[in-house]
Amino acid sequence: MEAETGLRHRTWWTPYLFLAPGLVMVTMFSLWPFVNTVILSLTDAQILRGGGFVGFDNYARAFGDPDFWVATGNSVLYLVVVVPCLVFLPLALAVLVQREVPGIGFFRSAFYTPVIASAVVVGLIWQWVLRSDGLVNTVFRKLSIVSEPIPFLTDSTMLLVSAMIVTVWKGLGYYMVFYLAALGNVSASLHEAAALDGAGPVRRFFSITVPQVKPMMLLVGTLSAISALRVFTEIYILGGESGGPGGGARTLPFLIRQVGLGFAGETGYAAAISILLFLLTLVFSLLGRRLSKGDER
Amino acid sequence: MRAPSFRIGLAGRYATLLLMLVVMLGPIVWQFLTSIRGRTENVYDGVLPARPTLDNYVRVAESFPLLQYVGNTLTVALLAVTSNLLFAAMGGYALSRAAWKGRRAVFTVLVATLMFPFESVMISMFLTIREMGLVDTLIGVWLPGAVSVLNIMIMRSAFLAVPAELEEAAVLDGAGEWTRFTRVFLPAAKGALAVVCITSFMGAWDDFLWPLLVLTDSENHTLQLGLKTLAGATTVSDQRIIAAGAMAALIPMMLLFFALQRFFFKGVGDGAVKT
Repeated sequence: MEAETGLRHRTWWTPYLFLAPGLVMVTMFSLWPFVNTVILSLTDAQILRGGGFVGFDNYARAFGDPDFWVATGNSVLYLVVVVPCLVFLPLALAVLVQREVPGIGFFRSAFYTPVIASAVVVGLIWQWVLRSDGLVNTVFRKLSIVSEPIPFLTDSTMLLVSAMIVTVWKGLGYYMVFYLAALGNVSASLHEAAALDGAGPVRRFFSITVPQVKPMMLLVGTLSAISALRVFTEIYILGGESGGPGGGARTLPFLIRQVGLGFAGETGYAAAISILLFLLTLVFSLLGRRLSKGDER
Repeated sequence: MRAPSFRIGLAGRYATLLLMLVVMLGPIVWQFLTSIRGRTENVYDGVLPARPTLDNYVRVAESFPLLQYVGNTLTVALLAVTSNLLFAAMGGYALSRAAWKGRRAVFTVLVATLMFPFESVMISMFLTIREMGLVDTLIGVWLPGAVSVLNIMIMRSAFLAVPAELEEAAVLDGAGEWTRFTRVFLPAAKGALAVVCITSFMGAWDDFLWPLLVLTDSENHTLQLGLKTLAGATTVSDQRIIAAGAMAALIPMMLLFFALQRFFFKGVGDGAVKT
């Protein structure tokens, strides 16, 4: 796909000049922090003082730390629940809004609105929906479905579920746009031919549309898996600074911030958890890539 | 060129669309309605407020320095838009056209950095910002996002789609590199530039975790950080005020988006897929 124009830059350094700002930023705020995180993770550095080399002590500590396992479990659970929802529901939504019917532009934009809203605003809106005196509990009590309010935000597991609902709700419109682009490339003539052969819409969806958007499904799966591992704000806004009762709903990014910053911040230990989060992310990106490569064969 | 379609009946389609509209917009609309309810009115009394009022917006502005937070956020957002537009376009241009030594290597390194989740480098980024003496400054909030690799890639793929003939014609006319960049390539990639513009503005406006790490003094808080205090005070605070705060952060974004949405959906197509 490289468009080689055959044109040469006037001088050898022109492209570097054009790239310089980008390269400086990437080096300072991406490459170096990564290298530095690896280094820090092997030291006992704290926020106010540098540390000495301690080898893999921080990693050993993480594996023996119940907080680490709670956070890892929460992050992985988050991913396992949220990813299938975000692979299939936005596809259904895209199919729904794909056809040009009057007013469809309005619906597309409306479904995209939660994407525009910040995680904090979305958190505030859903906090009000899910609070013990919030909309859902009030309606449920008026209809006598429940006598005690459902502890959406005050029970660790429920808090995680609430955050997942928020993530899915906010992600629907985002991935819908991905699928709209993919659906635009699904050949109309194939559909027409299949329709002539008597295939119904459901049949055509599964035997024509799905195979053609499968690469996009894998991409959406990978992207949503990576973003599921990054969840922080939803938990923070819905559950507060401690991450639910006893920190029971903390995710890995949540733990990293708690451990690494503040007056007693243990940057070395936080760096080790950061690297473990990175490795977890890497596993899922490679998995996504492997799946899509296998698909091409 | 009609897209393939599914005939589930127009009525059924609209019914499903309306149902989804309630799911997607319902919570936002209800929050908006709550934000204009009078102080004496029960929040759950009927769907529409009996006496709509803007009183809660005044009260939220009184309870914390809303305008100052908006100003701080705008500062960061406008810096981010300017730097991303300029630097991403420049970087994308260098990566898209004529081959040069090391292009492949630079490209690979840039793509590789996309694999580092921000959360796994944020502690170290914070230490860098602290060493630069930029903790608790808006510059410190802006700088790490001054140009994103993703935006460079968006610009690159938009420039790749510019026909070679257009560039060759410009060369024959004697246009230098910078002239070709500004006169030929930038105008041809308006859609992608719009996408970079909107996404970097929204990214800066909506960001929470990084400002939370960098900013301490509430003087310098961005809007999202300011809103956090509303979330923390749920048990005592008035839902109407929280709603007004949330709407004050959301409505400008929605206006911006609806004004530019045509550009946006078109630009997404420009950058993502070429047939």
